[in-house]
Amino acid sequence: MAATLTIDCRKTFPGRFTAAAQLVLPLDPPRVLILFGPSGSGKTTLLRCLAGLEWPDEGRIQFGSTTWIDAAANVRLSPQARRIGYMPQDYALFPTHTVAGNIAYGLSDLPPAARQERIRELIALLQLQGLEQAKPTQLSGGQQQRVALARAIARRPQLLLLDEPLSALDAPTRVKLCGELRVLLTQQAIPAIVVTHDWAEALTLGDIIAVMNAGQVLQVGSPQEVFSRPANAEVAKIVGIETVVQGHVVANDNGLATVSVNGMRLKGLGADVSGSAVYVCIRAEDVLLEQAGSGITSARNHLSGHVTEVVPQGVLVTVTVDCGFPLRAVITRGAREELGLEIGSVVTAAIKAGAVHLVPRSV
Amino acid sequence: MNWIAIAVTFELALLTAAVLLIVGLPIAYWLTFSKWRWKFIVESVVALPLVLPPTVLGFYILVAIGPHSPIGRFYSDVVGHPLPFTFEGLLLASILYSLPFAVQPFAAAFAQVDHRLIEASWTLGVSKLKTFFRLIAPLSMAGLITGAVLSFAHTLGEFGVVLMVGGNIEGETRTVSIDIYDEVQALNYAGAAKTALLLLAVSYGVLLLVYAMNRKVWAVWPQH
Repeated sequence: MAATLTIDCRKTFPGRFTAAAQLVLPLDPPRVLILFGPSGSGKTTLLRCLAGLEWPDEGRIQFGSTTWIDAAANVRLSPQARRIGYMPQDYALFPTHTVAGNIAYGLSDLPPAARQERIRELIALLQLQGLEQAKPTQLSGGQQQRVALARAIARRPQLLLLDEPLSALDAPTRVKLCGELRVLLTQQAIPAIVVTHDWAEALTLGDIIAVMNAGQVLQVGSPQEVFSRPANAEVAKIVGIETVVQGHVVANDNGLATVSVNGMRLKGLGADVSGSAVYVCIRAEDVLLEQAGSGITSARNHLSGHVTEVVPQGVLVTVTVDCGFPLRAVITRGAREELGLEIGSVVTAAIKAGAVHLVPRSV
Repeated sequence: MNWIAIAVTFELALLTAAVLLIVGLPIAYWLTFSKWRWKFIVESVVALPLVLPPTVLGFYILVAIGPHSPIGRFYSDVVGHPLPFTFEGLLLASILYSLPFAVQPFAAAFAQVDHRLIEASWTLGVSKLKTFFRLIAPLSMAGLITGAVLSFAHTLGEFGVVLMVGGNIEGETRTVSIDIYDEVQALNYAGAAKTALLLLAVSYGVLLLVYAMNRKVWAVWPQH
């Protein structure tokens, strides 16, 4: 049997809700599991239970052959004994220690020479050269994040737990560091669980996504599965991106990228689309449907296809158009009647380049 | 000035502060981090010397270490002489009397330490004890110094407890405050004034140190 991390636990928050999580994460090969959901959905609580900083009322957490928590058998493995790398949301760098001191903090078991060598490795890996003797308060947000990551992976943990690793950063830094973090997670080959509420981060970093709300895990699956085929309306509302398809960047002209999706060409914006493999993400409300062959608009993308599905939801209708890939659009009932949309109707979907979000993905 | 009394007083105050620095830390740690619901009972006991008249505290200590109590009998069996009216007995009384002056600043400083830092240390495999010495103590340094200095200063000036437990034995239990009282009783106001001034100056100096440290007046100095 392949080693897995098996989570099955419940914790009651009096007056709020009972959080319950059942998840299985295969550990070999190492994957990145994303806990995705709005704030207050219980993501951080679950992560803290995994770190040994909070205790569920019932259930168990089993890491490979080691039991971390078993409420029934009264087993509670301390955080010290779990060999994890935990990075809280605000990094919690030790203000009394330098950058090197923070990174070395958990390495006191190593002989001094090996410890110095490990610090050098991590400083180089996370591009912190020259900052070894700086105190955390002297660092930028991005540098602090890197120090916290270095400290978390310094002991070569068997599981990495990252709580909103990028949320404390400004937008441009976040996009840059998100890409770096993905490379780091792949390089280090450590199973990781990452909490986030940002769908672009979830798509970039995750191999598996668990969508959470009000303490419940609603759906678990690959990023594309969860985003394109949400299990129910609640998941759809939380993820908020109706079309997610895989594509390849074929050209990039000053940030306006041309992407090929199943042979179709799309123009989209990607601030940092360095690799060629991307997720193409389009919100249903950003898609305009027009009668085939009508006039020119400012939208950069005109895709014709035929309607495969029409789902009325109140005053709105969600229409799926097959234009080489399934594209979802949400329009009003009046618009549907005017266009005379039925299953099989031929339409053109217009999407502005700015509404086509490109998120790098690992191949 | 009675230099013997001054020496006894400083020795007593230094030893009291040193013992409280060792004994007070685990008590303060427990008071800060324990989630036991009856914790307030222990908190109240630790704070009792703040409100109890020194004579009452001294009376109970005297009874507790006297020859009729098991503790007193055990001590005199082991050491060979009884505990009351000795320097050791006085030290024990001073430690109990100054306990809140050490424990409360310690506990207040520990409570100021961001719990997330402590948790981060634990997840890095560092035990609770090592986390205390490597993280909590350095971050609480101002509170630790405050507690030690306050218990030192408080012991310098104690009177009622000394009189009850220590008595007035030259070179053994006669402290500065007892000496001042004796001088005044003997109508030697000049001698009393000198000793009183010394005590005033030392006490004021010590408090200046504590308050300045807690206001971080030295924060304008460069860090290196």
